[in-house]
Amino acid sequence: MTLILTLILLPLATGLVLLGLKPNLLRQILVSLVVLAVCIGSVALALLPSPLKLGDLPVSQHSVNQALFLVEVAMSLFILYVGVRAKKPLIVLLTLAQAGLMVWFELTAGEHLAVAQNLFVDNFAVIMALINGIVGGGICLYALGYMREYHEVAHRDVRDRRPLFFSLLFIFMGAMFGLIFANNLVWLFLFWEITTLCSFLLIGYTQTDEAKRNALRALVMNLAGGLAFAVAIVWFHHQTGSVEMQKLIASKQTLVLLPAALLCFAGITKSAQLPFSSWLLGAMVAPTPVSALLHSSTMVKAGVYLVLRMAPAVAHTKVGMMVALVGAVTFVIGSLAAITSSEAKRVLAWSTVANLGLIVLCGGIGTYEAVWAGILLIIFHAVAKCLLFLCVGVVEHKLHSRNIEDMSGLVVRMPKVAIMMQIGMAGMFLAPFGMLISKWAVLKAVVDAYPVLSVFIAFGSAATLFFWVKWMGKLIEVVGTRERIKKELVLGEAIALYGLSAGTALACLLFPLISIRFIEPYIYTVYGQTASLGEGNVIIMTIMMGMVMLFPVCFLGYGRGVKVTDAYLGGANVQSSVKFRSIADSVQDVSIGNYYLHNLFTEAGLSRWGVISCSALLVALVAVAFL
Amino acid sequence: MNSWIRILIYLIAAPLVGGVLAGWDRRISARMQSRRGPPIFQPFYDVMKLWSKQSLVVRRSQNFYIVFFLLMVVFTGALFFGGSDLLLVIFALTLAAIFFVLGAYKASSPYSFIGAERELIQMMAYEPMVLLTAIGMYMVTKSFAVDAIAGHPQLLVLALPGVFLGFLYTLEIKFRKSPFDLSCSHHAHQELVRGITTEFGGRTLALIEIAHWYENVFLLGWVYLFFASMPALGIGMALFVFLFVILVDNVFARLKWQTAIKSAWLAALVLGFGNILVLSLLTAKPCVAAAPAIVKPAATETAPAAAAAPAANNANEIAKRN
Repeated sequence: MTLILTLILLPLATGLVLLGLKPNLLRQILVSLVVLAVCIGSVALALLPSPLKLGDLPVSQHSVNQALFLVEVAMSLFILYVGVRAKKPLIVLLTLAQAGLMVWFELTAGEHLAVAQNLFVDNFAVIMALINGIVGGGICLYALGYMREYHEVAHRDVRDRRPLFFSLLFIFMGAMFGLIFANNLVWLFLFWEITTLCSFLLIGYTQTDEAKRNALRALVMNLAGGLAFAVAIVWFHHQTGSVEMQKLIASKQTLVLLPAALLCFAGITKSAQLPFSSWLLGAMVAPTPVSALLHSSTMVKAGVYLVLRMAPAVAHTKVGMMVALVGAVTFVIGSLAAITSSEAKRVLAWSTVANLGLIVLCGGIGTYEAVWAGILLIIFHAVAKCLLFLCVGVVEHKLHSRNIEDMSGLVVRMPKVAIMMQIGMAGMFLAPFGMLISKWAVLKAVVDAYPVLSVFIAFGSAATLFFWVKWMGKLIEVVGTRERIKKELVLGEAIALYGLSAGTALACLLFPLISIRFIEPYIYTVYGQTASLGEGNVIIMTIMMGMVMLFPVCFLGYGRGVKVTDAYLGGANVQSSVKFRSIADSVQDVSIGNYYLHNLFTEAGLSRWGVISCSALLVALVAVAFL
Repeated sequence: MNSWIRILIYLIAAPLVGGVLAGWDRRISARMQSRRGPPIFQPFYDVMKLWSKQSLVVRRSQNFYIVFFLLMVVFTGALFFGGSDLLLVIFALTLAAIFFVLGAYKASSPYSFIGAERELIQMMAYEPMVLLTAIGMYMVTKSFAVDAIAGHPQLLVLALPGVFLGFLYTLEIKFRKSPFDLSCSHHAHQELVRGITTEFGGRTLALIEIAHWYENVFLLGWVYLFFASMPALGIGMALFVFLFVILVDNVFARLKWQTAIKSAWLAALVLGFGNILVLSLLTAKPCVAAAPAIVKPAATETAPAAAAAPAANNANEIAKRN
């Protein structure tokens, strides 16, 4: 119990301390120590036998509830203030609606709420805690070095508000721990709202017009999800007199279908599924650690976490079908949209949206196989996506661009980062790495439940392949000579990047163990049966992994037994492979660029169709649940 | 037969069979164009000659990718003939193709670069149908294992006529034949010089050639799966499909990549998905029954429904047996 409380409260307290801590050195020490503590804490939690028996809270539940209630009211007032100042009636309206609902609920029902278990820890929670602690901790370390360079070199014009920045990072992390361990839905809701607020403040960190606008958009969309959450709590309590998540999952489907559907809706807003994906795409105006945090360990993962938790409640229902369809459509649209963009962060953002779509699809299907695949996806996606974002952040500082076309020859200019980026990308889509294993599992789950939906996966994964490989190709392709950039990484960045690269590789190698130790027991407790890849398949995967890992060995024979010549340019080469003689004796430079398929489809067109179809699906989702 | 023995036979025989097939290909193509054509064993002579040539490269590491391309193709075929999971086979094949593409990127020449991009587009074009083929086979046989699919007592093609035709369409792309020889062409009329293989020469080009032999044998093996319950028919059909591909190659001009991807995706949707939709309707479980009402694209295509009509009876029988 102490461990759980520490994991929640330590980052929150650190966040408050950091708010008032000006000196850089002290901040660095404090951040490093707390990150270390959180990492140790989450690993220790993983080593304890689970599900954990939790004792009582050290203080009376009533006083805790009152304190949380005050926090909630304070947050609502702040958001109201933001909404009024930005002249956004929608924000004011949504806040008033959800705060009003919750206040009314607390005042009428709060006294009689009997909650047996406010917090709980099962294997799924442990996995999420590990991701949050280790990946999130890595991001905080990375941010130390990154933010210094951000303010002192790259973006001198942005006002230095680092105390606030780090404080928010830690509050975010603490809230995420709270969200993972909460069983009392009212508590869960509070932590949910804290992450919404933190993400709003972090996205708006630079205070440029664009940042402010995008931050407000994120706030509106997440508040809409929050409202659905609040209604779900009230309705669930009205139906069953309980506010415990585990009761909700264990209840009869027909009884809790509406709250489950609303919670899925909240999860869909938070995990940036279409039609809400624009908030996540807008969020990349913030400094890179924020994007990494939002995309990998917190925020969007909170959304899919909730959807996967609700999976048993919506399995085999029309509601589940709608949720699955939203995920499936998002996966296809997101993957196609990623092809059309040349901006690295945007490609990553679309890919996140697409992959979360897969997880939501799993949640919507809700069979034991699907949930198993969904959890695998969460793990692999968190590690690999975080690595990619952090790499792009470093590249952006050195090359002053995050355009993929400018990353040409990166393998010569910044070899370490380029190789780590490739590891991350391999982790995202290549057999036998993590995401592909999960995609395989998803495909099997989908074919068993709704074979028709498999068509979405077939088309989506084909598109995924295209944009990743062309990016990889751009990294390794070298035209002309390139200067090597000195000092690629500072200490904090190096620790985070090396750690995550190792993590990506380890997660792929050890995934059978992860599955046996954490995922399968969880699936078994929920469904009474469990899925796994067959033993033979695991062996084949391992062989494949071994073969791929042999690839670097090739480089021992680098340049041996070959004669280097110029590339063929269709005209006489003037200067190596860089210039050639063209029509009318003119000398032309060689430049090569990727296909973006703009004459086949455009990002705007895809988003429009996605928003229309997914909005229709969401309306159907709520309508079906009501009937 | 033990799966290890099958793998061994594949490893040894596939390049021989593949090479001879390539020889026939050239011979038959020549006859279609009123030429005499080279000897049947010409591909082997070519490879042997390439093997003795000096290795020229633009970038020093470009050949490593090709070595792994060959390795992964061989591995893919071994998985397939060893009777492993069909999805795993597809993923291994994709990995192999990606090594090939990365090698071309690494070569950093404009022609190989465009070749690589086009190869990726081709992959994007055929990947959905290939996955749908595996899914279709799963729906009929209830297993992804190649062994189990091959051991299915009925002709798969009767339940999967649409999938089979769709698969045939993707084979045109996979064999890199006209009208889909976008990334590199065996014919002289190639606007991208030699496309994806422009900067590869000597032994590396020989490796690429051998990899294609392995790949072709594996693909024809997959065609055989559709007819696995009648082995003679299966082998006959595999050869017929091979001849058909050669015929199409010589009859059609190259398509633009836009047309290639659109038509391939349309084929996957209409033929592949249409067939799967019909199958899932026929073998409907309660939860599946709700599904087709929501999925729009299927309803618009009437042709596949008609094409899959024979599948109806067949699938019913399967359902009864179960």
